Amino acid sequence: MLLVVSCWLSVIGFNMNIIVLGVNHKTASLDIREKLAFTEKHIEESLDILHNFNVIKERVILSTCNRVEIYASVNNIEDGIKGLKDFIYKYHEIAYGNLEDCFYTYFSEDAVEHLFKVSSSLDSMVVGEPQILGQVKDAYTLAKEHRAIGMILNQLFEKAFYVAKKVRSETRIAENAVSISYVAVELAKKIFGELEAKTVMIIGAGEMAELAARHLLSNGSKSILVSNRTFDRAVELARDFKGSAIRFESIEDELLRTDIVISSTGAPHFIIKKNMIERVIHQRRNRPMFFIDIAFPRDVEPAINEIENVYLYNIDDLQNVVTANIKERERESQKATEIIRKEVGQFLNWLDGLEITPTITALREKAEAIRLEELEEALSKLGTVSDKERLIIDNLSSAIVNKLLHAPTMNLKKQIESTDGHWYIKVVRNLFNLD
Amino acid sequence: MKFFFTITLFCYFIGMIKYFFYLALRKALLFIIATVSITIGFVFHTGLLITRSMETGHGPYITTFEYYAFFSWAIVLVYLIAEIRYKIKDLGSFVIPIAFISLAYAFFISRYPSTTGEPMVQFWLTIHRTLSFIGYAALALTFGAGIMYIIQEKQLKSKHPGAFYYRLPSLEILDDINKKAVDIGFPLITCGFISGIIWVWQRDGYFSLDIKRTILMIITWSIYGTLFFGRIIAGWRGKRAARFVVYGFIIVIVAYMVHIY
Repeated sequence: MLLVVSCWLSVIGFNMNIIVLGVNHKTASLDIREKLAFTEKHIEESLDILHNFNVIKERVILSTCNRVEIYASVNNIEDGIKGLKDFIYKYHEIAYGNLEDCFYTYFSEDAVEHLFKVSSSLDSMVVGEPQILGQVKDAYTLAKEHRAIGMILNQLFEKAFYVAKKVRSETRIAENAVSISYVAVELAKKIFGELEAKTVMIIGAGEMAELAARHLLSNGSKSILVSNRTFDRAVELARDFKGSAIRFESIEDELLRTDIVISSTGAPHFIIKKNMIERVIHQRRNRPMFFIDIAFPRDVEPAINEIENVYLYNIDDLQNVVTANIKERERESQKATEIIRKEVGQFLNWLDGLEITPTITALREKAEAIRLEELEEALSKLGTVSDKERLIIDNLSSAIVNKLLHAPTMNLKKQIESTDGHWYIKVVRNLFNLD
Repeated sequence: MKFFFTITLFCYFIGMIKYFFYLALRKALLFIIATVSITIGFVFHTGLLITRSMETGHGPYITTFEYYAFFSWAIVLVYLIAEIRYKIKDLGSFVIPIAFISLAYAFFISRYPSTTGEPMVQFWLTIHRTLSFIGYAALALTFGAGIMYIIQEKQLKSKHPGAFYYRLPSLEILDDINKKAVDIGFPLITCGFISGIIWVWQRDGYFSLDIKRTILMIITWSIYGTLFFGRIIAGWRGKRAARFVVYGFIIVIVAYMVHIY
């Protein structure tokens, strides 16, 4: 009997593993990443090519400007990794062995952890950036549409999305701004609380000043005043922002109703001086003001930062805050790693509990036990039978059991490639009382 | 009463420690535990004051022990209101220690009820002490928020954000707490003073001033009065106002301790 079962297992012979092969911004330069990048069409084509690899059961290709990765479930790790490498070299027409320093490979637990980190944006160039989750989702959807995903990768990616969401809500990994124009908004919020009903003035023009102004507007700032040496240019820009243009000479008067000033003119001297702001702040009854000086040479006299309720940040200061915020995100990423470790453990438990092989074994064992029991009973009722007759009866019962179980076992085996295989297992275990 | 006292002190201690941990680690659960502890402590604290009043036959504001216990209660009350209104999760770290120290101090002083047999004109005495204590508690809140303001202002001026930059709320909100708390606290202590004068007048039958109490009153009133009217007339706000409430509160507490001994 044991022989029958073990023969069977060797026929099924699967022991699924998750692997990943990839390059990212830490391991490969931009020109290599460009060479390896897949367009959507390439991915579709590649998913089909990889279908013909015997060892690879499921596959997902993720290609962004910072990383190219192939996730796969395989029944042999070494062969799987080799297969993926062969494919990449061949597909991108690169001489074999040239990329060995750039590749990283993970399998089993490490592969799961890697995907969770990638989708939670812990592995990104800017930790906590929000795009990567969408990119992973797109890769998953594309693979699903091409029926390249079965039960294991489906569960793995669903879990990765869940983990990413959890990390985002339970840590502050994405909370602080990491670009200069967003830092300006963040600082404004630390000073003014809500930005609603706050007035912004732009002096001069420039891409960064306009970007910062747009962020302030989309965060609730009410109105925008635009000033420029050439009034026509101011009118033009004001139309763009749905704001109002003001004359260069009337800046001081207008500062009375302005809360946030973004200055970026090409003037060789200070446009906003300390004594001017001292007058203004007095007239404003100390309502705070925030100056963002992105001009070079600077437009705002640095000493105005000494005035109470006045805050001045130049481009270097903003950059300092960006650096500090990145460090803060990295501190938060330690918390995120703890969350991920826990979830990796849970996922591995699920994987262990899949038990397609054990389910088939249990099913066959149960059938065999029933067969032997019934066989003994029948033989004892028959009394004396010859060895030949005994063999025939034995074979008959085996044949019935095997034929009866053939279809369910094969179908069960097939389910490993479907996204809802675990339901089949549950049903089978229930139907036949296997637990 | 002892039972209520111990539980209250214990709850405040747990709450305070959890607030500190929340400030350091920023895990939401810590904040929830802290606030629940403080709320439970507050319920027992209320029970403590009620049983004390039933035992002594007068409100909890006659002996030094009662002063500290009542002051602590008023601070937690004001804190809970501010917490509901502003939802600043780190406020607890700055305000609850004042309430805890006040109550812990009460723990070490005599709990014997007043034996001086102070003639009590109950109505005006109750009005006087209740208004004063809640007024002082509002000022204690401004002390906490004022410290937060000064720290956050320093972070923003220095342009090198540190740990507090990320944890503390915006300057505007902190200034708003200070403004509202002084707007409420100053009229309360003013009414407290007036009702105090009426109480003494009715008790003695003629107008008289206790010199020590009068000095305390003048100090407190002039500090917060200056700020209160400075805000209205000269548009004082921000750091200047925050310094005022922080130093003002320290001066008032010192003056108060001197007054008692």
